Amino acid sequence: MSQKRVVRLSRRQILRGLLATGAFGIASKYGIGCASTPSTSDASTGASPAAAGGNPITIGFIYVGPKDDYGYNQAHAAGAAGMAKKFSWVKLVEEANVPETAAVAESMRSMIDIDGAVALFPTSFGYFDPHVLKMAAEYPDVQFFHAGGLYQEGKTPKNVGSYFGYIDEAQYIAGIVAALTSKSGKLGFVGAKPIPQVLRNINAFTLGARSVKPAITTQVVFTGNWAEPIKEAEATNSMADQGIDVVTCHVDSPKVVIETAEKRGIFSSGYHADQIALAPKGYLTGAEWDWTNIYSKLAEEIYAGKKLMDGGIPHILRGGLKDGFCKISPYGPAVGAEAKKAADEAQAKLMDGSLTIYPGGLKDNTGKVVIPAGTTLKQDDPTLESMNYLVDGVLGSIGS
Amino acid sequence: MNSWRRSFESISLSFGAIFAGLLLFGVFCAAVGQNPFAVYGSIWKSAFGSWQTFQNTLIRAAPLMLTALCTALPARLGLVIIGNEGALVVGGIAAVAIGLGLGTALPPVIAQVAMAIAGMIAGGLWIMAAGALKHYRAVNETISSLLLNYVAIALLNHLVGGPMRDPSSLNKPSTFPLPEAIMLGNIPGSRVHWGLLYGIVACAIAYFLIQRTTFGFAARTAGGNIRAARIAGLPVGQLTLTVCFLAGSCAGLAGMVEVAAVQGSANESLNVGYGYGGILVAFAARHNPLAAILISLLVGGILASGGILQRAHNLPDATVLVFEGIVFLAVLYSDSLYGKIPWFKEKPLIAAPPNPPTSPGQEPVVIS
Repeated sequence: MSQKRVVRLSRRQILRGLLATGAFGIASKYGIGCASTPSTSDASTGASPAAAGGNPITIGFIYVGPKDDYGYNQAHAAGAAGMAKKFSWVKLVEEANVPETAAVAESMRSMIDIDGAVALFPTSFGYFDPHVLKMAAEYPDVQFFHAGGLYQEGKTPKNVGSYFGYIDEAQYIAGIVAALTSKSGKLGFVGAKPIPQVLRNINAFTLGARSVKPAITTQVVFTGNWAEPIKEAEATNSMADQGIDVVTCHVDSPKVVIETAEKRGIFSSGYHADQIALAPKGYLTGAEWDWTNIYSKLAEEIYAGKKLMDGGIPHILRGGLKDGFCKISPYGPAVGAEAKKAADEAQAKLMDGSLTIYPGGLKDNTGKVVIPAGTTLKQDDPTLESMNYLVDGVLGSIGS
Repeated sequence: MNSWRRSFESISLSFGAIFAGLLLFGVFCAAVGQNPFAVYGSIWKSAFGSWQTFQNTLIRAAPLMLTALCTALPARLGLVIIGNEGALVVGGIAAVAIGLGLGTALPPVIAQVAMAIAGMIAGGLWIMAAGALKHYRAVNETISSLLLNYVAIALLNHLVGGPMRDPSSLNKPSTFPLPEAIMLGNIPGSRVHWGLLYGIVACAIAYFLIQRTTFGFAARTAGGNIRAARIAGLPVGQLTLTVCFLAGSCAGLAGMVEVAAVQGSANESLNVGYGYGGILVAFAARHNPLAAILISLLVGGILASGGILQRAHNLPDATVLVFEGIVFLAVLYSDSLYGKIPWFKEKPLIAAPPNPPTSPGQEPVVIS
């Protein structure tokens, strides 16, 4: 009854509302809109001399999740905060929980138009295509730095840069620590999706483990998505049930995996950020990003007036432990002296370049040779960025 | 039939609810140490303040109008359908499949229409399945449509990770991108895509269909009392299936728009919650398609202001969700106030006795 009544009476009201909205739209288009268009272009043209001069600069950061997720977003947010703290001339503007839809384009737009940002760091991989590419074409004076996107010379707009780290080096060391701490000889890896970045971490972790204990295995479980707390907990629990005694993961937020492992009394190895607070007993070490370092370098270059557009800043920025893109978490209390020694040695070798993670003749877990004998793949080899196999010693399949 | 008091009741309750929500949100802002009035100012500026920022609101509102219909239409038939997300996802998949299949072989307009129809049919069938389960097997339509969401998302993940995957989409599995030529552009003079117009038109059509046609009357009757409708000889099954199909096709169209106007390919960004947002809009609009347009704009505005709350006021990113939640609680609560406030009650119409006609010669004398 009440339904019917309300429907009847709101009709006129809604028509009125629509008319008002329409009138408002038209009014703002022809009234304020004309005035605001030039002011927009003012903002973007006014921004470029600021970048070159040495005046304070505004840098925008966008995250796909919350800034305190103990994971991917926290790593970036901590990096941005660390960078902003170092330099008084940086004004940091941030937005968290921005989905990979038109919303991110709007966030970038208002950071540029309203806050006058001269450089943007949209940190989620999925922002790149099409949103960053579109905005970069629209705002050619603003520099867009994207984590992990593929820069293609001649195709990608000149004001887009891509940066990412070879965090598999840190995973390799974490694998060594895990292997030397494990008693059962079984490791576990909770992955989000069988995509190259994740596969590379699984493989590096396993190769690191097998470099010190050749018979050790890594059980892998893919949850199917970046944030699946229930499946992550289930996977960790079932790993503990199978006798696996060290787990690690590559999901957006390792919190659930690490906490579950601690609850089950097994060891854990972290990812993205330091998670020792979540597992004070069982946390061994972890592969962490060191974005403060990278962001500070980039901010200084932008401040000095260097630009992606004229090649002052390289379009593709990659690096590993040596270049300070990533690091390993401080060892937890459960890590023995032998493991520490082996890990430190491997780290030194990775730093000076005498150790390569992916040797020639590497076989996948179906017995197929994936890297021909005699060709050693260096970290910056692009073929590694399209990895589609699990190495020998990994239990599991990528399923497609 | 409606007196001004009735209209005034709905106006004051709706706006009063939003106002009360704003007030509560102000208390929240004050509690976290922000000046509520500065926050209100920023929200207004960033959501509706100028054409530049209002477009942001419109972009966010566009998909919600379409997905809201997926809940609003069946609700008039007494069904609570919450499979919006699933219908959107399958609509997006179907649109991409057709778009990639046709490519640039045909004129862009035909390809776009084909994509839209494919999205609508796929989404429609998806929700029709829930309607059919309800009608023929008495399966609860709320549960079945909710579960169909998960099926749709799993299907999407399977297809973009396997059979439909573009091998060059390394770290974010996606389908092959649609050719630029058949993408939906923006409404001229703005950065808002055509999905907004689709949404408004769909809402208008839905309103007309439900309120102004015999079909809509039959649906509303069946929604009011299904047994009475059966006795009156209304084809309830046919109505259920048709309404569910129409509802799903709206969400499917939203999926097509998202694919063809925003993403350019189908990937996991399709299921980011437009469907669930649509449920919220439908309930807040009391399942009135035209009200859904306004509520979508309100939600779009709230979402659009999320950025400024974080950037200018250093409020946490969840603030916008708190805001949205408070406003919706207030709006839904106001629903229970209809008819409760005596002042808005219709006054019984007592016809005043007509004045006796004045007899000639006895008019009051007016001295000027």
